Amino acid sequence: MVQIPDELQYTSDHEWVRYEGDLIVIGITDYAQDALGEIVYIELPGEGDEITKGDPFGAVESTKAVSDIYAPVSGDVVEVNEVLLDAPETLNEDPYGEGWMIKVRPYDSGELKDLMDYEEYAEYTEKESEE
Amino acid sequence: MNRTSLYPIHKELGAKIVEFAGWEMPVQYEGIREEHRVVRNSAGLFDVSHMGEIFVTGPEAKAFTQWMTTNDVAAVKDFQAQYTLLCNPGGGVVDDVIIYKLSDDEFMFCVNASNTDKDYEWIKAESGGFNVSVDNRSREYSQIAIQGPDSGKILGKLLGEELSGVGRFRFKPFQWRGMEMIVARTGYTGEDGYEIFLPWDGGPALWESLTDAGHDYGIKPCGLGARDTLRIEMGYPLYGHEIDEHINPLEAGLGRYIKLESGDFLGRDALKKSLEKGLTQKLAGFVMVERGIPRQGYAIYNGGSLLGSVTSGTLSPSLDKSIGMGYLKSEAAGGNKVRIEIRGTAREADIVNFPFYKKVVN
Repeated sequence: MVQIPDELQYTSDHEWVRYEGDLIVIGITDYAQDALGEIVYIELPGEGDEITKGDPFGAVESTKAVSDIYAPVSGDVVEVNEVLLDAPETLNEDPYGEGWMIKVRPYDSGELKDLMDYEEYAEYTEKESEE
Repeated sequence: MNRTSLYPIHKELGAKIVEFAGWEMPVQYEGIREEHRVVRNSAGLFDVSHMGEIFVTGPEAKAFTQWMTTNDVAAVKDFQAQYTLLCNPGGGVVDDVIIYKLSDDEFMFCVNASNTDKDYEWIKAESGGFNVSVDNRSREYSQIAIQGPDSGKILGKLLGEELSGVGRFRFKPFQWRGMEMIVARTGYTGEDGYEIFLPWDGGPALWESLTDAGHDYGIKPCGLGARDTLRIEMGYPLYGHEIDEHINPLEAGLGRYIKLESGDFLGRDALKKSLEKGLTQKLAGFVMVERGIPRQGYAIYNGGSLLGSVTSGTLSPSLDKSIGMGYLKSEAAGGNKVRIEIRGTAREADIVNFPFYKKVVN
């Protein structure tokens, strides 16, 4: 069973979001890492980069395929989890903890309103895996 | 959606199943890299029952096979296999296949799953002027590949001493548990190994027996994911990537399988003409210098000029480097550096010779 923590919020592209003061932390979900398989390479923006809601801000690659990571909100990147660059398998092992990707100062946190809560996301992934 | 006879075993083993060419196939069990390594170091087991088996039989089977394929059929002895191509009149590749010669009157074509129906129609349609019959017997055969340096020892436990008499690209019929099997020393991994054709329902019994026989060697089930990384390391083409109906196989570097002077075949005139005019592009291998993994469709540049695009790429499990293949336009090629455009940035790569991975022989 894939893990879907109830304190996080989710996008339809399988990113998760956690509030940390006035920052938000972004990563990809357990469902996403499981679907990708062994993650062998990760690309992330640099500190100070700007990300734009709906645009890819990074990429996660398994041996077989590449998958873009989409920004759930526009804002400035204030911290990057550089551990992932050298140890991409961390994303498979602990997607919600050590596998966090970036911390962002959002321009308008109102943009996060349309994210799914854990129940909605659970339903969403169930539908997706039936397809 | 089609399923092989081994589908329940794949599910039980916890394989990740994907749709491939209309089949539900295991892409990986434990993980692509581990499965890749086991094939390079000991032995891996692949279900390749989705592949097609088309039989050409009759008094003119040999002449017809020569007409249909680019390689020299006269050079193939009974119980020998040959890698070859089916080409269209324009010289493009209909499929890449292995032919197995049972006798002058009987050839088996092992074809790509994605092309089985197309190939059958293609071969059938051409057979009119020949005294042959063409039969698609793909659903009668399961096919299991055992690949890796320990394959012979493991399969030998089931089949005995006689197996050691089967040389590279040779095959032999065997009786096993009352079943007729064709055991061929062929593969798609760059390792020693065997591909076994047997009656459809016999798949699970052979799979289980090979799993047991290989236990002490650390044999593992391997999926399509590892099959792909293994073939990319060897620079082997895959239909739909390096070759298709619009690609000249001489440009794909397959010239040694195209014998323009050993009898006529479909596509020969066009291929000859293309040589006279000069080839316009060439398949090349490259290793990334900068970070990133090349993927099919990414653009390849030399300075400011577009050379072509990537056909396959992966992180090589053996080399731990990003590797890829792609076509380079002859006119703009030169030097041994290219740039691959990955997510908006042109990243440096070195052109290298095939294969990417060279076996260290002790």
